[in-house]
Amino acid sequence: MLAAATRAAQAVLDRPVPATIVVILLLALTTLGVAYVPRSIVLFIFFQASVLLLYLARVPIKWKAAIGAVTLAILIPVLGSINGYYLEIVTQVGIFAALALGLNIVVGLAGLLDLGYVAFFAVGAYSWAIFGSPQANQIFGGSTFPLAGGWFFVFLLVGVGVAAGAGILLGLPVLRLHGDYLAIVTLGFGEVIRVLANNLDKPINFTNGPKGITPIARPPIFFAPLLRAFGIEPNPNVIYPLYLYFLVLVIVGITILVNRRLEDSHIGRAWEAIREDQTAAQAMGVPLVRMKLMAFACGASFAGAVGVLFSAKQIFINPESFTFMESIGVLAMIILGGMGSIPGAILGATVVTVLNLQVLKGLSLWINELRNAGTMIFGLNLANLPTQLEPAKYERMVFGLILVLMMIFRPQGILPARRRHRELQGGDGN
Amino acid sequence: MPVVLEARGVTKRFGGLTALSRVDFDLEQGHIASIIGPNGAGKTTFFNVFTGIYVPEEGTVTFNGAPLLGKRPDQITALGVCRTFQNIRLFGNMTTAENVLVGMHSRVPLRFADVLSRNRRWRQEEVGLWNRAAEILGVVGLRDKANEVARNLPYGDQRRLEIGRALASAPSLLLLDEPTAGMTQGEARSLMGLLRRLVEDRGLTILLIEHNMRVVMEVSDHVTVLDYGEKIAEGRAADVQRNARVIEAYLGRKKSAQTTGPTHA
Repeated sequence: MLAAATRAAQAVLDRPVPATIVVILLLALTTLGVAYVPRSIVLFIFFQASVLLLYLARVPIKWKAAIGAVTLAILIPVLGSINGYYLEIVTQVGIFAALALGLNIVVGLAGLLDLGYVAFFAVGAYSWAIFGSPQANQIFGGSTFPLAGGWFFVFLLVGVGVAAGAGILLGLPVLRLHGDYLAIVTLGFGEVIRVLANNLDKPINFTNGPKGITPIARPPIFFAPLLRAFGIEPNPNVIYPLYLYFLVLVIVGITILVNRRLEDSHIGRAWEAIREDQTAAQAMGVPLVRMKLMAFACGASFAGAVGVLFSAKQIFINPESFTFMESIGVLAMIILGGMGSIPGAILGATVVTVLNLQVLKGLSLWINELRNAGTMIFGLNLANLPTQLEPAKYERMVFGLILVLMMIFRPQGILPARRRHRELQGGDGN
Repeated sequence: MPVVLEARGVTKRFGGLTALSRVDFDLEQGHIASIIGPNGAGKTTFFNVFTGIYVPEEGTVTFNGAPLLGKRPDQITALGVCRTFQNIRLFGNMTTAENVLVGMHSRVPLRFADVLSRNRRWRQEEVGLWNRAAEILGVVGLRDKANEVARNLPYGDQRRLEIGRALASAPSLLLLDEPTAGMTQGEARSLMGLLRRLVEDRGLTILLIEHNMRVVMEVSDHVTVLDYGEKIAEGRAADVQRNARVIEAYLGRKKSAQTTGPTHA
């Protein structure tokens, strides 16, 4: 029964015309659903599932791009202005997707297990937080800071540079290590950065310690005159979430582009060769030191840029945002999605973030409602349910379970990396 | 013919074990030479010294007059010495074509900015790389398996892919560590044909480690015999084959030979 249904669905989705129609219908339906019942998490997840279906179904590539663009540029912002929380979730998904794509280079392609990846995120975040807030006055004196919001865009590049530098700094001492040893050292590096952020408030106050830094400047609404020309009065509370969403979208777009170009080039192939067998790779002419440092720097630079954006989005940051669990979370995303796979990293980021922010929290709320209402199930009064039973508290356990199950049943990830197939030209026969 | 590879007094020790002991070695250009010897004789260690994986305690190695010792494996590959491994070490999860492309790494002049911008230089270079990969796969007879994942290839194909991957680095000296191991006599014979062609058509010099004596005798211009890290004989294949010390190293000393008396049949 189920198998027959799956086969029928597969048959529809494999033919371009029916697939296109089905995907458009589903997207329209779920969009309407979310628009009319904005509080329904289930409907929003269905909406996300239709977006995934758009990617998986055999829709002609032009249509796919067009529908995808409409979804990202119109549907999500519209839904996001109906229920602001959804926009927040999508923005967070974007931030984590960019992080996952960066880590994907280091772990997925080059095979260097980095357990301290969030350190680079922190480096980027603090570089803008310090200069985009009055904090820098504590270091340099005077009152020149915060820098004007426009500097944010410069700092996106500064974040890239500083994080890449930190990546090389981490890379240099660990070059001789691989496997478990590398993992441990990178883990230590991640902790060192967090502890530094926590303690660099004396003797010179760089990071303001555990109290964190606030207020961090947001990028200026440079398009305000344009909005006014259309008769829209730019209200920061409405504009900023959308603005940041689009900024994240642009960064994720660039990240994907860079990832793809690196992956499908002699650089990406050298990274994969190192992952497969580094002795053989070196014997074939791949300079290990250079390529490994490049992998660390590239992966870190994405995290740096995203960190700058993150600090501007949050307005407030403290070391709590950059714990070891964050590194593990990003790693879980790429394991879940499929190591070395770009769509996998994005899907992994989506699944983990949505699971965290929506599914588990939603379940907790639901159980609480049932408990408060004293609903009876199978003669069991839910009012007597222990309060410890709250799915949101079991976030890590659910993650752990998912990862264990993945390793057993689908170790290659949900959307594993596919080998590129190419028609070769010339060189026939001997 | 000029000497391309020259080793003088190479000694390599692992703790108390002397894997190579003051070995001298010359390899002439355009030759196919073999290193033979019983298991543990130091053959692969010798290869590892040539390719920068081991640094010997004593001795010198020069390639076309340039010293090799102290150079990294990738630098040695860039100089034109490339190798295969005894226990096949392909990039298992990459395709046949990609394995060959990795071999070209040291010959790709591209910069990071070219890769990110995908400018014309990058596109031309990339097309050129793939065409050369196709050509090399044609040479080793794997043209129709270009898109297969390396670890799924049959054993003989994996051996040939390793040779193809090494050829991709455009070497002038090719070091092959037991290339016919695990091959049938027919496969081994066709591989030897390939090696001959490489020497004749491309002017390569080839050094083999080989256990298959029929192959060694048939293809080698020059044979060197190692035993317990020492060179015990060298010369033309037929001469080496008759050398008493070589026979002894392979078959062991006859019991009665240890005494003084003549041996009986």
